[in-house]
Amino acid sequence: MTDNAALDSFRSELKGWLNQNFPKSLTGKAMLYMGFDHNVPMEGDALRWRQALAERGYGAPTWPKDYGGAGLTATEARVLGEEIAAAGAFNPIPLLTGMGTTMVGPTVLEYGTEEQKKKHLPPIARGEVRWCLGLSEPNAGSDLASLATRAVDKGDYWEVNGQKIWTSGADISQWCGALVRTDSNAAKRDGLSFLLFTMDQSGVTTKPIRLIAGASPFCETFFNDARGDKTDLLGPMNEGWTVVKRLLQHERQSQTGASPIASTGATLSQLAKQYVGVNERGELNDPDLRLRLASHLMDSRTHSFTLQRIAAEARGNPKVTAAASILKNSATNVAQTRAELTLEIMGHQGLGWEGTTYSAEEIEAVRSWLSGKAMSIYGGSFEVQNNIISKNILGLPETTQKG
Amino acid sequence: MAVLTEEQTILRDQAIAWVNADAPVQAFRKMRDSGSTTGFAPHTWKAICEMGWTGIIIPEAHGGSDLGYMTFGLVLEELGKQLVASPLYASGLVAATALRLAGTDAQKESCLPAIANGEAIVTLAIDEGPKHAPDTLAMYAERTPNGWRLNGRKTFVPEGGSATHLIVAARSGKDVVLLLVDAKAAGVTREILKTADSRGYANITFNNVDVAATALLSAGHGQATLDAILDRARAGIAAEMLGTASAAFDMTLEYLKTRKQFGQVIGSFQALGHRAAELYTEMELTRSAVEAALQAIDAGSKDVPLLCSLAKFKAGAYLHRMSNQLIQIHGGIGMTDEFNAGFYLKRARAVEALYGGQGFHRDRYARLSGF
Repeated sequence: MTDNAALDSFRSELKGWLNQNFPKSLTGKAMLYMGFDHNVPMEGDALRWRQALAERGYGAPTWPKDYGGAGLTATEARVLGEEIAAAGAFNPIPLLTGMGTTMVGPTVLEYGTEEQKKKHLPPIARGEVRWCLGLSEPNAGSDLASLATRAVDKGDYWEVNGQKIWTSGADISQWCGALVRTDSNAAKRDGLSFLLFTMDQSGVTTKPIRLIAGASPFCETFFNDARGDKTDLLGPMNEGWTVVKRLLQHERQSQTGASPIASTGATLSQLAKQYVGVNERGELNDPDLRLRLASHLMDSRTHSFTLQRIAAEARGNPKVTAAASILKNSATNVAQTRAELTLEIMGHQGLGWEGTTYSAEEIEAVRSWLSGKAMSIYGGSFEVQNNIISKNILGLPETTQKG
Repeated sequence: MAVLTEEQTILRDQAIAWVNADAPVQAFRKMRDSGSTTGFAPHTWKAICEMGWTGIIIPEAHGGSDLGYMTFGLVLEELGKQLVASPLYASGLVAATALRLAGTDAQKESCLPAIANGEAIVTLAIDEGPKHAPDTLAMYAERTPNGWRLNGRKTFVPEGGSATHLIVAARSGKDVVLLLVDAKAAGVTREILKTADSRGYANITFNNVDVAATALLSAGHGQATLDAILDRARAGIAAEMLGTASAAFDMTLEYLKTRKQFGQVIGSFQALGHRAAELYTEMELTRSAVEAALQAIDAGSKDVPLLCSLAKFKAGAYLHRMSNQLIQIHGGIGMTDEFNAGFYLKRARAVEALYGGQGFHRDRYARLSGF
């Protein structure tokens, strides 16, 4: 059987399975379970749907079956995504797991012991456990390796003390993967380890952070004699920097798409025509905006082509590549420009905060414009990605800055 | 780089080997220094024809290899890296496209084999002023009892001095027609131009030039046909521009790694490291746009007009920026004629203007997108 024939048969089998298993009652309710700020409990049909996905390993489709995945190739996983969307269904598991399927899981797959893989991966793949990541600290942002949270070996457990910030979803997560200092005497990158521990303990407290866009998934997280299991150090002791570099590559990989907020139907150019109007030639009444909009649409299309090209070049190899830094910066540029243009197109209507003067779309525009400013900061800022490109891809020497 | 077929890989490797051995940028310098009036070296052109690159998009029945635009783009990209100058693009891609898309059977039979083997150099004569404006042609083709009579002037015709035949775009009533004209026909006057990029352009005046009825390319829907030809020309030159820009990038990166100031290589300064990172990112994005256009042509996609404007815009914008940075980062040495950077800068602006610059294509992209 050719690859294409195998893929076609996989696709038609999927259609049948989706038709039988996706509860009709959930049609059109994706946003209820997929939104960042919503935390609707999984009950009834939603729970049954999550379990049906998990039974087939579709929560983490490319992971090996032994660890709760479905053992699919990247191409098959793409087909799965397409068919789920085509059926009007949705896959809630990745979001339910927080950083589980996108970052923690792939890193455990690579660096975990057999025992760690068996312990941590299946609950993620089933969508039962939400993970957060303890990386940044108030005094360790772009200079992550200068972090101060420390873990001390207490014989039969690790004792963790310190503070993390920007821990996305910390207040609702059951587990945390944190970069902690285990050797204070070593050079700053050499004394770090990556520790996994549960959030449900008295030594852990969280405090949500309110952002410029309003409520956010981010928290401050405090560790006060928190405990981690001795078997839950991921990767070798004092080699946490290597582990986290890999983890962050997975993060960048997951941030290379450029659709910040799925628009509710109208394209940006339709929106512009609606708000700005057109002249007798059908061109936008604002010629300057028209050209900047064209530039943006060209950038957006080019970004999509680049995603496709790099995926094709990798020939279905799901390994993360250095290209992720390029894609992350390009995605950020496209998404942030899109948000700025949306706001500009809407004028004062695009600056509403609350109230009936504004449509839901207009409120959404201002909130996502604000929250989107984080894109060039998190996951390695725009400038950090440029450091990575210049050093790791282009082979330029270390900058003269200390670090 | 797109995933290549075996045939494409072989052809690209052949181009790399030949360019490096026989036509590096020093060969272009030599041609310029020789005061050439054609803008290319005869032996360079001969070698290109012998390797069969002139036939890449010509059907096998007419003496070509019919390998498609993506393949042609790969070769042009390699040639663009060392600024190889020859009629390959004007004749083998643009004119061959016109004949392939719109030529009569008789024209294809007589011209395409001659383009493929290099006996004929055919070029498209379209622009009539300093800017590319294919929608507002003034040149007029008048019906006569035996054919057509041409009056008017064409400007900056690529390879206009060395061309044996011209494909002339002219207005006839409300329609646009394309006519195949012998470059030595009575009434055709060519003024060879000296341009900054040292290539072979000519302004051509047509004074009561009579051609037979059989000179008309057949396809009808003149403007649409002309656009289809121009779009393929744009994607092709975008591929060459990508090559030119990537060579400029490589030269610059090498300089960043070797030039020392303040006791260290200048590439260790973050300002320059970030500039290099951004130029590299832009190059990767540009490559995607260029390859997407070439692949769309080969696949017969309905998006060809949009994607060819995208490719020409992106290639133009990137080459513009990269050629400026080539000079800037090289500093004083970049300003000397002895160093090659100036050739890249001059070539950059010439190909940017060819078949529409960034302004032309951004406006067209918006128009094609319906706003």
